[in-house]
Amino acid sequence: MINASLTELRAALDAGKISSVELATLFLDRIERLDPALNAFITVDRDGALETARAADARIAAGDAGPLTGIPLAHKDVFCTEGVLTTCGSKMLANFVSPYDAHVVSLLKAAGAVSLGKTNMDEFAMGSSNENSHFGPAKNPWDTTRIPGGSSGGSAAAVAARLVPVATGTDTGGSVRQPAALTGVTGIKPTYGVVSRYGMIAYASSLDQGGAFGASAADCAQLLTAMAGFDPRDSTSIERPAEDYSRELAAPAAARPLAGLRIGLPKEFFGAGMADDVRAAVEAALDGYRALGATTVDVSLPNAQLAIPAYYVIAPAEASSNLSRFDGVRYGHRAADYRDLAEMYSKSRAEGFGAEVKRRILVGTYVLSHGYYDAYYLQAQKLRRLIAQDFQAALADCDVIAGPTSPTTAWAIGEKSDDPVQMYLSDIYTIAVNLAGLPGLSHPCGFGAGELPVGLQLVGDYFSEARLLNAAHRFQQASDWHLRRPALAA
Amino acid sequence: MSRNDWEVVIGLEIHAQLNTASKIFSAASTAFGAEPNVQASAVDIALPGVLPVLNGGAVERAIRFGVAIGATVAPKSVFARKNYFYPDLPKGYQISQFELPVVQGGAITIRVGDGDKAYEKTVQLTRAHLEEDAGKSLHEDFHGMSGIDLNRAGTPLLEIVSEPDMRSSTEAVAYARALHALVRWIDICDGNMQEGSFRCDANVSVRRPGGPLGTRREIKNLNSFRFLQQAIDFEVQWQIDTIEDGGRIQQATVLFDPDTGETRMMRSKEDAHDYRYFPDPDLLPLVISPEWIARVRSEMPELPGAMKARLVDDYGLSAYDAASLTASKEIAAYYQAMLAAADAKPGSQVPKLGANWVMGELAAQLNRAERDIGDSPVAPAQLAGLVQRIADGTISNNIARKVFAALWNGEGGTGPDAADRIIEAQGLRQVNDSSALEPLIDEVLAANQKSVDEFRAGKDKAFNALVGQVMKASRGKANPAQVNEMLKRKLEA
Repeated sequence: MINASLTELRAALDAGKISSVELATLFLDRIERLDPALNAFITVDRDGALETARAADARIAAGDAGPLTGIPLAHKDVFCTEGVLTTCGSKMLANFVSPYDAHVVSLLKAAGAVSLGKTNMDEFAMGSSNENSHFGPAKNPWDTTRIPGGSSGGSAAAVAARLVPVATGTDTGGSVRQPAALTGVTGIKPTYGVVSRYGMIAYASSLDQGGAFGASAADCAQLLTAMAGFDPRDSTSIERPAEDYSRELAAPAAARPLAGLRIGLPKEFFGAGMADDVRAAVEAALDGYRALGATTVDVSLPNAQLAIPAYYVIAPAEASSNLSRFDGVRYGHRAADYRDLAEMYSKSRAEGFGAEVKRRILVGTYVLSHGYYDAYYLQAQKLRRLIAQDFQAALADCDVIAGPTSPTTAWAIGEKSDDPVQMYLSDIYTIAVNLAGLPGLSHPCGFGAGELPVGLQLVGDYFSEARLLNAAHRFQQASDWHLRRPALAA
Repeated sequence: MSRNDWEVVIGLEIHAQLNTASKIFSAASTAFGAEPNVQASAVDIALPGVLPVLNGGAVERAIRFGVAIGATVAPKSVFARKNYFYPDLPKGYQISQFELPVVQGGAITIRVGDGDKAYEKTVQLTRAHLEEDAGKSLHEDFHGMSGIDLNRAGTPLLEIVSEPDMRSSTEAVAYARALHALVRWIDICDGNMQEGSFRCDANVSVRRPGGPLGTRREIKNLNSFRFLQQAIDFEVQWQIDTIEDGGRIQQATVLFDPDTGETRMMRSKEDAHDYRYFPDPDLLPLVISPEWIARVRSEMPELPGAMKARLVDDYGLSAYDAASLTASKEIAAYYQAMLAAADAKPGSQVPKLGANWVMGELAAQLNRAERDIGDSPVAPAQLAGLVQRIADGTISNNIARKVFAALWNGEGGTGPDAADRIIEAQGLRQVNDSSALEPLIDEVLAANQKSVDEFRAGKDKAFNALVGQVMKASRGKANPAQVNEMLKRKLEA
C-alpha cells in the first residue's frame, strides 16, 4: 500500500481491502517512525486525519466516493487550514491557527481527501533548500545530510519517503519542480491562474501558483484535477471550464505513444553551469523520449539569463508589501517589550522574520522606493515581458520545452547557506517559467553522483498541463526512475 | 501690505464614501454605527492568504460620477498599493489608484456668493480614483492603549481631486457644496459629513497676483463646510503673515483644530512617507467597456446644471432662483413634484410663485422646525394646490400664509385639495366682486376723512393707510389690486 498509486489506492478502498482509517493510520505511523529523521512535517494532525478518514469510510460505504475520497495527503504549510496551525515556516506565524480554509484545502476536503498534516517549507516560501524554515530544515530522504530543495521541501521529502502518497505545494520560482527533482518525485506547477491563491499565504502574488507532488505524473494529474478550478475569491483565477488532467492518460500504451510530439531544447538550458551528472541523465532521458516517437528541435530563449535578476526584483517587491500585514497587531508574533508603536513593529518583525525574509523585504522595499522604481521594478517588468515572448516564439517551433530542472543534484545542508546568490542560481531553469506564467513539470529521469535523483523539466504553452502530464506519463510507462525509493523509505 | 496684495490658490481633494451595501474588496457590510469590528471580514482584517475582489457597484458609481462631470472614464485603470504601516491599516498598504485613475479630467460649474455679487465659475477636475478607507484608531477609553475598529476598513471611497482653481475660501466652499450636491444628486454618496461620508482636504498657497505658484500646505480631514472656510481663512492669513514677516512657507500637512480655529503642522515634507506605489498584483487592471459607460449615461438623471438651464428657459425663473432650487437633490425633487402636481403650463405663474414659496415660507418653516424638505409636513401636491389658488386669484399672498400655516398643522387632510378645503372651511376666498367691495370702501372713506384729506394734499402714504383699512374691513379677503384700483378711482373722482 505504501508504494501504491492513487488509482491502486482507490481500487483498494472501493473494494474494501483497506479502510481509509487503516490507510491513514498506516501513513501516520510511518510519519511517526520516519519523520524525526526527515523533519518533513511541521504539524501532524492525527486526530483530525482519523476523523476525516472515518467520514471518508462512511462515504465509501454509501457509494458516494469521489476519486480522492479516503486518500491521505499533506498540505504545504503555506495553505491556511481551519483549526490547524498554519505557520508558513515562520516564527511570525508559529502560533497562528487560521479561522478559514484555503480554496485548495476546501476543495480537497470536499473531495474527501484525508489531510495528515502540514509540511515543512522555507519561511514564507522564500528559499531553494528548505533551510530557511523556522522549524529547521527538512532532509532529503536519499541522503539526510542533504537538502530536499525548496521551498516546498517538506512536501517533496514526504512524498519521496512515502510518508504520504501525494502532497500540495506552491511554486513561485521553482518551489515545486526543483524539490521534486532533488527528491526523485514528480511535481507540476500549472499555468498561473489555474489554482486559486485564496488562502495560500502570499509570497509574490503575480508568480505564486499552487501545484502537486506525487510519485508519478498519473498521481499528480489526479491531485491537480481536484485542486484546480475557477475561484471568484481570487481575481487572478482564470474562468474556464474544469479539466480532467488525467484524460489523456487512459489511452492504451502504444509502441510510439509520443509520435508527433516536438520537444524543444533551449540551448540556454544546456550550456555551462549544468553539472555533468545532471547532463548525462537528462540526455539519456531525451533519448528515451525519442524512442517513444518524439522528435527534438533546438530552440532559443535569448533572455533566459535575465530571468533571475528580473525575478529577484519583482518577487521581493511584491513580498515586501505582502508581508507588511505581519505587524504584530492582529495575529502572529508580537514582541514582549516595546516602548511605542514603532518599536512594537520593528521588534515584532525583527524577531518574527528570519534572515532570508528580511533580505527580500529590504531588497523589495529598495526597488520600489522613490527614484528607484523605474530603474528596477519597471525594468524588471519589461524583462518579464521579453521572457514571456521568448517562450511564445520557442513554442511556435515545438510542443513542449525540455531541459534539466536543476543544474545540480541535492547539495549538502549548509553548503550554500552563506551565499544567497549561489542559492538563487539553483533556480535558473525554473524561474523563467513563473515569469511567463506557463505550466511546468519535473519528473525523475535518472540519478547523478552519489545516487542522487535528477529531474527533467517539461514546459508547455498556457493550459497545456494535460499534454505535459501525458508526455511524462508515457515516459514513466517506459521507465522505472519514478518507482525507485530511497533506502530510508523501505 | 494688505491681503489684497496676495492671491489665494486652493485645490481640494474630497473623499466621497460610495453608498454601496458592501465594501470595495470584500462582502462585509458598510453600514455605519455597528459595534467595533463586527463588520470586518477576513479580507478586511487582512488575515494571511486572503485576496481582494473588486465590488462592481463601486465602479458603477465612479463611472456615474465621471459621466456627470463630463470626464474621461478610463477604458483601463489600475489599482495600486500605497504602502505604509499603521495599526488601522491592516494589510500595511491601502489599495488605491495612482498612475491610471478611473476618472480623468471633467469640470463642475459653481455659483459663488449671493445677490448682485454672485458669479459663476467653472472648476476643472484633475481626476477621481477609487480606493479603500482605513479603519479607525480609538485613542480614548483604553488607558494607555489604543483600540482598533476595522468596520470602516475597506469602505469604498472616490477621491475627487480638483485643479488649484479656487481663489478664495468662499469659492472653495461653493465648490465643495456643489460637489456634495452632485454626489447626492447622482446617488453615489449619502453626503453625511458627521459620519465622515464626505471629507475635504484643502491644498492652500498664496502668491503675488500673476506670479508663480507659492508653496502649498495641505489641511487634512475637514468634515464640515464651516470648518473648511475657517481653516482656509486661518491658513491664508498665517501664510501671508509668515511671508510678510520674512519667513518662507515649507510644504507640509497640517490639521485644523475646530476649538482654536487654527491650523497646526502634522508633518513636513521631509517626514513625508515614501509610499512605494506599485500595481496591485492581486487585482487585474480595471477594464470598463464603452457599453458600460453608455448604459450608465442612458440611466443618468437630469443633472443640476441642465435642470437649472431648463428652469430659466422654460419657466423664466431667475438664475438665482434656478440655482437655489437645484442646490440639492431633495429641493429639486420637491419643486419638480410641486410643478407636476400643479400641471403648470408654460406662461403660468405657478413656477415662479411656487419657487418663491419653496425657497421662502417653506424653507423658513422647515428651518425653524429643523426638518429636511424630504420630510416636510406640507407635501408638494398640497403646496401646488395652494400656489394654484394664488395664481388664479382665489386668495391673496397674505391669506395664503394663513392657509400654509393650516396645511403645516395638518388641517385640510392629506390630499392635493387640502388648501381648497381650508379656504372653504375658513371662508378665505378672496373677494373680487366690486359690488361687495364698494360698500366697504365707502365705509372706510367715510370713517377716515383725515387720511382722505392728507392724500388729497399730496401725501401718498395716506393712500396706503386707506388700502390697509379696506383690507382689514374685508378680513384680508379683498383682492388688494382691485382695492387699489377702486380706491384710486373714488378718490380721484
